[in-house]
Amino acid sequence: MAAQTLYDKLWDSHLVSSRDDGTSLLYIDRQLLHEVTSPQAFEGLRLSGRKPWRLDANLATADHNVPTTLIERRAGVAGIQDDVSRIQVQTLDDNCDDFGIELYSINDLRQGIVHVVGPEQGATLPGMTVVCGDSHTSTHGAFAALSHGIGTSEVEHVLATQCLLQRKMKNMQVRVEGELGRGVTAKDIVLAVIGEIGTAGGTGYAIEFAGSAIRALSMEGRMTICNMAIEAGARVGLVAVDQTTIDYIGGRPFAPSAEQWEAAVAYWRGLVSDPGAHFDKVVELDASTIEPQVTWGTSPEMVVGISGQVPDPADAESDTRRRGIERALEYMGLSAGQAITDIRLDRVFIGSCTNSRIEDLREAARVAKGRRVASTVKQAMVVPGSGLVKKQAEKEGLDKVFIEAGFEWREPGCSMCLAMNADKLGAGEHCASTSNRNFEGRQGYGGRTHLVSPAMAAAAAIAGHFVDVREFDHTPAPQALSA
Amino acid sequence: MSETHRIAGVAAPLPIGNLDTDQIMPKQFLLGIDKSGLADGLLHDLRFDAEGRLRPDFVLNRPEYRGARILLGGANFGCGSSREHAVWGLQQAGFDAVVAPSYGEIFYFNAMNNRLLLVTLPPEQVQVLMDSVAHGQDKRLTIELGEQIVSTPQGDEYPFDLQPRQKRMLIDGLDMIAMTLRDAAAIDRFEAEHWQVRPWCRVDIARTRARKRGAGLNSVRSQGQALSSEKER
Repeated sequence: MAAQTLYDKLWDSHLVSSRDDGTSLLYIDRQLLHEVTSPQAFEGLRLSGRKPWRLDANLATADHNVPTTLIERRAGVAGIQDDVSRIQVQTLDDNCDDFGIELYSINDLRQGIVHVVGPEQGATLPGMTVVCGDSHTSTHGAFAALSHGIGTSEVEHVLATQCLLQRKMKNMQVRVEGELGRGVTAKDIVLAVIGEIGTAGGTGYAIEFAGSAIRALSMEGRMTICNMAIEAGARVGLVAVDQTTIDYIGGRPFAPSAEQWEAAVAYWRGLVSDPGAHFDKVVELDASTIEPQVTWGTSPEMVVGISGQVPDPADAESDTRRRGIERALEYMGLSAGQAITDIRLDRVFIGSCTNSRIEDLREAARVAKGRRVASTVKQAMVVPGSGLVKKQAEKEGLDKVFIEAGFEWREPGCSMCLAMNADKLGAGEHCASTSNRNFEGRQGYGGRTHLVSPAMAAAAAIAGHFVDVREFDHTPAPQALSA
Repeated sequence: MSETHRIAGVAAPLPIGNLDTDQIMPKQFLLGIDKSGLADGLLHDLRFDAEGRLRPDFVLNRPEYRGARILLGGANFGCGSSREHAVWGLQQAGFDAVVAPSYGEIFYFNAMNNRLLLVTLPPEQVQVLMDSVAHGQDKRLTIELGEQIVSTPQGDEYPFDLQPRQKRMLIDGLDMIAMTLRDAAAIDRFEAEHWQVRPWCRVDIARTRARKRGAGLNSVRSQGQALSSEKER
């Protein structure tokens, strides 16, 4: 057989049938559900009198819309003050009850952001197909699982048929070789990649991230990278299986049983692109040249290293590009040539499906330890990705590090990443955010988002403006408690 | 989609690249449990200012574009979030088609599944159409789905491609779930073979539940382990 890419292998192993119109029916092993994009799908099933094809393939949790203050969370769903939000979260609970779907409800210890919860529970496994009505489903590709973000019609389709209609994508390899500098993280890699290929550079492709810099990352780091594949236009991001992948999975609730484990691992080890496999496009980056990244505009591709400046529209290579930069600068309240380190912050958000895992919180705590959030920063908040991440962080004393430094320590959820709940920016406010989208209004009407790594966000909170975390005096890492 | 497979009406130019679905349908309109009321949310922050006042200069607020059925957009239209609410909102506000140089992929599938026509034309042709609509007296365009042509009142024609599935969805309005369920036997066969080769792909909630006592602790522990073996940079 010809040499195959990882994507080719995953595609072939889930192909049910191909149709004459160029589409294929792909079998879906796992669907993750949340409150925002599922109610209309469940309603569709009811209206057509259809039943889910396979209940056990589904796992639900409320994340997008849940409050993150303890005071509102104490009373569970009933405690959600906003009526419309409460009804939506309650509807997820009711739908899961009615149909018999596994649910981690609002105050379950396992509740959290769907893309943190899936891997944490072992519900995302290598070689699976995973879908969710959320574009950041690309996250799960870090496990060599073929994962697509889908719309609500497709959520209903997968519920009813356990299949998704797809056209096969092209293959792209993004190879990042070399060693990252101190203080440079997975987030900086992926922002640099998006800066390189553009926000539509991956459209129509499945991107496999490869190279020594990717292999050196933890699963948390790989998830951060695959999470943002969609910000480069690619619905699918992938990383090949290696020992890091296998070590992460062992012992998790949904991991294969003891009797299946050896066979599963043997199969998973084959989930790599064959030597000589054909990629339609290859992009190479040298990890050692990547600086901590900061976005200055309203699209993730509008990004620059911390030592850089806000670009001048006059230097743009096309009229369209120039107009885009002008529009972004006006929205962001920045001027051409301004140093990135001169951007002052009003709020800082550490969280989201991109950067709310335990490693992210450790990275931020390392910077925050023994320091204070600048008095000019109105609010700095840390929102763990799940109840289990929160618990682990508290076990390590990270919550105290943050609270002593003046950060708010919140309950798990999507929070200010998309500001569906009460956590949002005011008009004109600049925010250092570890999330994934700096779109106009994303974090609140008129809000100005700068995407950065957790360490960079923590450093910005303390300085009150962006600083190069590499020049920031590091205190030793808080010790993780051993098992 | 009309029975004649023709969309004719006022076209509104919106020359913004990377117009994401957060802008097309802001988050405060995603709280519903049905599909209603989304016309109010369409392009909300572009239509209204911070105080909720209409921005009179915005294209959809101008009288000459009232009742527009076609939206002329920039490249990578509908990128970002998977929210299908963006498509529902466009349709509820009266749009039957978008014409742009390229689209976000999830938006593209969402549009197809709801029979919102997405016409892809080269950027320079979209620009010509935008200019002709913006400067001409007659703001209408006609899209013939059968012949796959966009035409101006002056008679200029711009042919476009459509995927076969997209065209069938638009013309026949297929119930995709019913169509897939016609292959139910093939799905059953696939499942049986798949689970034989890859048994761990068969999620078994009952088995997981049985192991769940202390399950949360398990995963926290292995997280700690994964980290203790992590290399220090």
